[in-house]
Amino acid sequence: INVNKFRSVSVDLNNDASLLIDIPDALCERDKVKFTVHTKTTLSAFQKPEFSVPRQHEDFIWLHDTLVETEDYAGLIIPPAPPKPDFESPREKMHKLGEGEATMTKEEYTKMKQELEAEYLAVFKKTVQVHEVFLQRLSSHPNLSKDRNFQIFLEYDQDLSVRRKNVKEMFGGFFKIVAKSADEVLISGTKEVDEFFEQEKTFLLDYYSKIKDSTIKAEKMTRSHKNIADDYIHISATLNSLSVDDSTKVEGRVASDQELKLTELLRYYMRDIQAAKDLLYRRARALADYENSNKALDKARLKSKDIPQAEEHQQQCLQKFDKLSDSGKKELTIFKGRRVVAFRKNLVEMAELEIKHAKVRNISKTSEGQVE
Amino acid sequence: SSPPPPPPPPSLPNLLCPSMHGYYWMFELSPHWSQLEDDEAKDRFDVDVSVTNPEKVGDGMNAYMAYKVSTRTSLTMFRCKTFSVRRRFSDFLGLYEKLSVKQSLHGCIIPLPPEKSVVGMTKVKVGTDDPSSVEFVERRRAALERYLQRIVSHPSLLQDPDVREFLERDDLPRAVNTQTLSGAGFLKMINKASDAVNKMTLKMNESDTWFDDKFQEVESEEQQLRKLHAVVDSLVTHRKELCGNTAVFAKSMAMLGNSEDNTALSRALSQLAEVEDKMEQLHQEQAASDFFIFAELLADYVRLLGAVRGCFDQRMRAWQRWQEAQSTLQKKREAEAKLLWANKPEKLQQAKEEITEWESKVTQYERDFDRIGMMVRKEVLRFEVLFVSMHSELCFCFKFQLIKFWEAFLPEAKAIS
Repeated sequence: INVNKFRSVSVDLNNDASLLIDIPDALCERDKVKFTVHTKTTLSAFQKPEFSVPRQHEDFIWLHDTLVETEDYAGLIIPPAPPKPDFESPREKMHKLGEGEATMTKEEYTKMKQELEAEYLAVFKKTVQVHEVFLQRLSSHPNLSKDRNFQIFLEYDQDLSVRRKNVKEMFGGFFKIVAKSADEVLISGTKEVDEFFEQEKTFLLDYYSKIKDSTIKAEKMTRSHKNIADDYIHISATLNSLSVDDSTKVEGRVASDQELKLTELLRYYMRDIQAAKDLLYRRARALADYENSNKALDKARLKSKDIPQAEEHQQQCLQKFDKLSDSGKKELTIFKGRRVVAFRKNLVEMAELEIKHAKVRNISKTSEGQVE
Repeated sequence: SSPPPPPPPPSLPNLLCPSMHGYYWMFELSPHWSQLEDDEAKDRFDVDVSVTNPEKVGDGMNAYMAYKVSTRTSLTMFRCKTFSVRRRFSDFLGLYEKLSVKQSLHGCIIPLPPEKSVVGMTKVKVGTDDPSSVEFVERRRAALERYLQRIVSHPSLLQDPDVREFLERDDLPRAVNTQTLSGAGFLKMINKASDAVNKMTLKMNESDTWFDDKFQEVESEEQQLRKLHAVVDSLVTHRKELCGNTAVFAKSMAMLGNSEDNTALSRALSQLAEVEDKMEQLHQEQAASDFFIFAELLADYVRLLGAVRGCFDQRMRAWQRWQEAQSTLQKKREAEAKLLWANKPEKLQQAKEEITEWESKVTQYERDFDRIGMMVRKEVLRFEVLFVSMHSELCFCFKFQLIKFWEAFLPEAKAIS
């Protein structure tokens, strides 16, 4: 399927000519999506100036996880991993359609089938775009774009699944061992000396819970909207089956793009905030490590045993912590600016799209000569 | 603050005109209207009725709602050109009862009155002024008006003295026995009777294929309308859900806007929250009007179709009566033949008298049957015209709803950008 681009959450990410990435094509085989990742580059690190590779969703997750678990990147905000392609909703619909086929009129069935196809296509487009944005955020990040694994991901023309298994064994999922629920406790529990981080922490924690809440409620709203759209289809089909002639046909399709877009927007930024929180979490851990190393050093001094090791360990922890704090501060500041600009731009784009839709509807409405 | 009550039908689109043909959305632009006018030109009577001013009379459980029934006419059979009376719901039911007793022999389609609603009326009696009881009264008022308009647009019903009395007479004697004859009850009776009739195997002559075909059509139309009614109910439920979810979402967005430390984005989010809130109100209004207009329309037409079915039913019974009379006559003739052989002069005389009696009955019933058949034909044709306009009303109403649904999103977009 050839995918038409429609940007929803990206903000001019793909304009550095030295490394341009996009997903021009994707194939859907029984719910498994194969993305074609296309790269155009002027960097010497790559073997060719232009190339394409097929990738699966699991490959993206592998890339994300390796980046997260790379110690060097602990002070960076890693872009959120793209969510797994979710064809649950259209699949459910297809099931219902199959069951209800006997009781529906031919027109109802056709209409519902069209709806189903449209929904399928929408999910498909969405997942392609979300994967694309992930890669583009990596390519536009000064540090992450140079990552060796990232380059492998873009270039390696063999199946990545072998490498994936090896990597899992190497890293052992260190950061993932600790349960996510400890996240909040750790962050809020650590005493914060730095004014900047204190503010960021408070803001991010609060904002995250609010945006999560909004996302859930937006999803509920979208579901209600879809139900109503389905009802309208049934009604129009039944009305049409009663009609004597064709002039009284009624249009049943009610697109619910608007709310779908808003929900997607919120969901994306929710994940983005989570990524920022992850950074805070790593820094908090580093701080905890540093404090523990201090305690260990004091103990060692008391016992007059292993003092040089304890000192060195303490120095390492301090360095790590400082490095994290520095880059963390930089990252979070950039993140703030970028997020606000992107969020607002997308809200405005969404609004303009709605106005355009509404104008089209108005035109078709008045052309039928009806009441204004 | 409680949400505003739903607007009554006249204010919805501005071109509403309560027409004496009983089609209450009279849009000049509707494509079927002019065709309808030509067909119905000969049926046009200068009578216009309206039902207005619902007022509560009395207190407690004996209280009732009285409506003002106003008539405007140029027909000379009425006392004046304009007049009005006060009527209560049981008066409307009483009128129906009187008409159905008389007209049932003639194969007329009698419009069904709205159903009694114990719950709705109790709320009104007890005096709760909440929006749902206001809505109930309004719906009933509208339904009663449509009921009367259909009656007066029917040429033979208009001639009926009971109808005139209902419209004109200042103090109408209280109707009793209106319990069983509310619309739903009658519908049940019809259904039971139809089932009984359908079970009989009837051999009719071939002109009856017309009746058979029409009957099938009517049945399938009724089924479709019932289905439509069910989907509309589901639509209303979903709309109410959407209302609730939108309200909750708006609050959540407002809180998000407050958390946001960047002022521009914060403002955008707060605006979005406001707009979603407004949309919730719009959704609520639309949910109310959806139910009020579309569902009532449907329920009405389902009832009308039920009346048409009852009409066919009456014809069937007339046929039955005729057939039974014929078989009774046959038996009498056989009895006479037997008596001739048995040679009993007195009994023979009686037998001859009975034969004459039954011969005339057979003739009478056959004539009744034919007459009813003709009336049913005429009624069905008239009804078909009605149905076409019904359908375009429904479609128009539906299109209108869709348009409003779309328009709801426009203010949101403008507010943000």
